[in-house]
Amino acid sequence: MIDTLRITAEEALGLVERGEVSPAELHAAYREAIAERDEELHCYLTLVDAPDGAASIPIALKDIIGTKGVRTTAGSKILDDYVPVYDATVAQRCKDAGLSLLGKTNLDEFAMGSSTENSAYGPSRNPWDTTRVPGGSGGGSAAAVSAGLAPWALGSDTGGSIKQPSALCGNVGLRPTYGTVSRYGVVAFASSLDQIGPVTKTVRDNARLYRIISGRDPCDSTTVDVPPVEIPEAEDLNGVRVGIARELNEAEGIEPGVDAAVRRAIDLAAELGAEIDACELPRSVEYGLPCYYLIAPAEASSNLARYDGVRYALRREADGGDYYDMVARTRDAGFGDEPKRRIMLGTYALSAGYYEAFYGQAQKVRTVISREFAAAFERFDVLLSPTSPTVAFKLGEKTENPLAMYLADVLTIPPNMAGLPGLSIPCGLSEGLPVGLQLIGPQFSENTLFRVGHALERALGFDTVPERLR
Amino acid sequence: MAITRDDVLHVAKLAELGLTEEEIQRLQQQLNAILDAVGKVSELALDDVPPTSHPLSVVNVFGADEPRPSLPLEDVFANAPAREDDLFRVPPSA
Repeated sequence: MIDTLRITAEEALGLVERGEVSPAELHAAYREAIAERDEELHCYLTLVDAPDGAASIPIALKDIIGTKGVRTTAGSKILDDYVPVYDATVAQRCKDAGLSLLGKTNLDEFAMGSSTENSAYGPSRNPWDTTRVPGGSGGGSAAAVSAGLAPWALGSDTGGSIKQPSALCGNVGLRPTYGTVSRYGVVAFASSLDQIGPVTKTVRDNARLYRIISGRDPCDSTTVDVPPVEIPEAEDLNGVRVGIARELNEAEGIEPGVDAAVRRAIDLAAELGAEIDACELPRSVEYGLPCYYLIAPAEASSNLARYDGVRYALRREADGGDYYDMVARTRDAGFGDEPKRRIMLGTYALSAGYYEAFYGQAQKVRTVISREFAAAFERFDVLLSPTSPTVAFKLGEKTENPLAMYLADVLTIPPNMAGLPGLSIPCGLSEGLPVGLQLIGPQFSENTLFRVGHALERALGFDTVPERLR
Repeated sequence: MAITRDDVLHVAKLAELGLTEEEIQRLQQQLNAILDAVGKVSELALDDVPPTSHPLSVVNVFGADEPRPSLPLEDVFANAPAREDDLFRVPPSA
């Protein structure tokens, strides 16, 4: 009997390598767990049967990652019946590693959101409390890993869509350095920000999956060569310089319970040998969110222009209507409220007369943010902060107010603007719900983040199995 | 700089979005609120700061100029809403 709630990907790999469990048996065990719990949690949009001859353990992929022959919706009605004719590079790399696809996980439409409530297929639910959201946009992947419905999963992160759901579901999520993981074959949202990354139960699992997916890809010219990935072993933090940026740790809206759990983790880092000191990011947090909500919608408005009803996906037309009528009808019928809002916002920010004041100015703010982080990393190896200012919020709590929803990413966005890697690990509970600790490093410092995350994870001893499922 | 109803209609046309009357009214109100918040970026004096369009300093990435097979036509048209011979069929443009 395989306890999918407890077993880590590393342990599952061990079972397969030692021949104690076959890949097919493992796949079946997860399918049983899905049959038992996914009706309630709604993590999956599409399930896939185990392929013949799978060599290793299964994986779940966020439904923004193109999978050959398997429907890929991006959580949108406009891609309701879209079946890719080729695999995304990350899907191919998983296949090459022998991983079998369990299914495609739910997300906010086009990865735009922080709760999965923008999914055209209905929200996922948090396995710790099903009246609450799992975070977003990658809530399906995060909830699936925490609820034992996948040993590990991939997500995508533009403003916080890996880190924030991992924080809210109590697992480990990495948004890697920009350029380390190929986006070829992934539905594009905001191309100067989008990154693919692993969602796992442990930091070591995360490093193992990052090793599989990272590296230069000739099909994505933004990718670069990546330093060899080290699976973390060390249990101390001797010599590690940890910065506590005031603005990230004292931002308005951080709940007291979140603050308390993060402070305990920082104290623990000191006990493990880290040198802790304060620092400042005077403008990165205050201006990060406004900067993001100009740049990301601007890029989205351009990327989503391809959904025109011509070459693939949904088409709506009226008798006697012309081409332009068909395009406008298709886009009105196919896009939900959030993509429409962002297309409108982005188109406005890029339109004649407003380009310099909005988009151009936001690009300069981005430089300011990069410089502030670069200055901090002259003194520190890693910065620690909460991942999300709050624990998981109630379904429906923020759906009427887009700006309130946008604030869920206020702490994950600033490092993303600078292309920095960020790891979220669970650091405790507040009101019975997981709190995420965000570890931020300079570009290409994933090995440092894994080392620090692993040592803290061991010392924290957080139980990733939701209390109600134990 | 409040967004007017005409602004919403103009931007919707640029974005080729058909919108219902209810959407036009809601978007006008929401876009005003969001632009009010994101307009904060204009507070900073950044005349001497260069813009960042991309977080890595990668320039001029070239691939080998070698012919490779393209997707087969059947794959290209696999998701097409309407096909005529080897073309995507669309309504007339005027």
